[in-house]
Amino acid sequence: MIKRGRCWKLGDNISTDHIISGKYKFEAINDINKMLIHLFEEVIPDFYKLVKPGDIVVAGRNFGKGSSREQAPRLLKIAGISAVIAKSFTHIFYRNSINIGLPVVIAKIIPDVTQTGDIIEINLVEGYVKNLTRYVVEFIQPYPKYIEQLIEVGGIVEYIKRYGGPPWQKDIR
Amino acid sequence: MGLIDRIASQVIGRDVVAGEIAIVKVDIVYAQDGTAPLVIDVIENELNVGKLVAADRSYFFIDHLAPAPHVAAASIHKKMRSFAKKYGLKLFDAGYGISHQVVVEEGIVRPGMIVIGADSHTPTVGAIGAYATGVGSTDAAIAMAYGELWLRIPVTIKMVLTGTIPKGVYSKDIIHAIISEFKTDGMIGRAVEFHGDVLRRLSIDSRMTLTNMCTEMGAESAIVPVDEVTLKWLSEHGYTIARKIENFGEYIDTIPIDVSRLEPMIATPPDVDNVMSIGEIEGIEIDQVFIGSCTNGRLEDIEVAAKILRNRRISEGVRCIVAPASRKVYIEALRMGYIDILIEAGCIIAPPTCGPCVGAHMGLLAEGEVAVATTNRNFTGRMGHRESKVYLASPATAAASAIEGRIADPRKYLP
Ligand code: SF4
Repeated sequence: MIKRGRCWKLGDNISTDHIISGKYKFEAINDINKMLIHLFEEVIPDFYKLVKPGDIVVAGRNFGKGSSREQAPRLLKIAGISAVIAKSFTHIFYRNSINIGLPVVIAKIIPDVTQTGDIIEINLVEGYVKNLTRYVVEFIQPYPKYIEQLIEVGGIVEYIKRYGGPPWQKDIR
Repeated sequence: MGLIDRIASQVIGRDVVAGEIAIVKVDIVYAQDGTAPLVIDVIENELNVGKLVAADRSYFFIDHLAPAPHVAAASIHKKMRSFAKKYGLKLFDAGYGISHQVVVEEGIVRPGMIVIGADSHTPTVGAIGAYATGVGSTDAAIAMAYGELWLRIPVTIKMVLTGTIPKGVYSKDIIHAIISEFKTDGMIGRAVEFHGDVLRRLSIDSRMTLTNMCTEMGAESAIVPVDEVTLKWLSEHGYTIARKIENFGEYIDTIPIDVSRLEPMIATPPDVDNVMSIGEIEGIEIDQVFIGSCTNGRLEDIEVAAKILRNRRISEGVRCIVAPASRKVYIEALRMGYIDILIEAGCIIAPPTCGPCVGAHMGLLAEGEVAVATTNRNFTGRMGHRESKVYLASPATAAASAIEGRIADPRKYLP
């Protein structure tokens, strides 16, 4: 699984409120796509117009802190973001992303050397992140088997649709 | 191994190690009106399961917007009610209280259980000795539909609270001091297990404030092992231990915390780790006080506010909103006469609800306004306008501030 894309660089402590403010959550009752125009609105004005499919978000420490709202990673995925790289993630955001098939990658060096607009390549199977603009490579922890399978098919719901149950029940069936 | 890995090991039936991904059968799973709509969508439109394996272990709570402040919320609530009826899960409707409070006081969560909540403050219920962690809607949907979930077992840090708690200092001040040291990402990938002499003097109410705010350090879970205080609480309520856990007590790190020299501690905006002692911040003018939430809306919180406000009045121009965390807390506070005292002092009593804590319902702040709140988050715009400010404090500090109309030291009002 290789992801290559243009990068959006953000700092530390990007909360789920920065990604999508809680006050828009109720618009999602019928259509989550309606919230798209508010994605990162306080951080990167007009983000929804500027983002291109395949783009990658690179951030510092504690990405996704705060609320458990799953609309945050879902909107990133709908906007076309192909992966998020950060120095650390809060566990709820991390789980939510994997569950919907959005690759989340922990890297310690890449966030320090990357600028918005750089081209990033991630190899989730071999376990590395490259900043192709700045010739920096960092090795990362590849995903455990269950997680790799989930990401590959596009999330746990997709997995269940395809195989009739969650990955851990496969052995039982 | 810590208590959390021991609980997971017992549930799974083999020894798990921290960092490992394990499939666990969950004992309890719940969601609230902010996260339940997506749980429903995932179950009904995506998973297409006809029934929920864990229906009898699943709960819905209407607490964030309770009762509904607008039509959008009303339709969400309606959707939750009909889903709960159709799939046979228990729904606690508006008025029961905040999820984390209700699952503990109703005896739904008991010591030794594995608890999944679609809310980031689910670790609160670890105060009773359960392994509890917050998840998103898809996880909650999977857990309800299949009864199981993958969890990465966190590494446990042991925090040992020692010393004597000074006058005017409460568990809220202790946890603020801890967060100030470890910062908002200090416990990412970790769980916090509380120990130490100080715990003997902390009630279940106070312990829930500690575990509640571990979320603000990025902790995946927080837990207080069952001790005499827990056992006494359980027997008073007629509840039992779900799973007796033995042989825990190995940690990658043990951190001693001496509480003896603490003062009332305030978390200043816009982050929970910007902590100052009362002396450094006293005197800032305020517009509103909120006493409530899953952090500090319990009986002992309302009690201390009532003690401070007895025969006093809140400052002219300040609104002081008090929302008991649950109906049970409300009834107890009424019986004890605390509610009378608070109303006479000029407080507004709100129904049991999250409302003001999350800026979703009642008591919102206008541009430039400042609040003292007993909640757990002071992020930009949390309680209203993005140019408003929230200072987090103990209920005692909040009550003293309501009297003076500015951030005030509670110690001068305590007997
Ligand atoms: S009281 Fe506040 S922090 Fe607690 S569950 Fe409700 S909204 Fe969340």
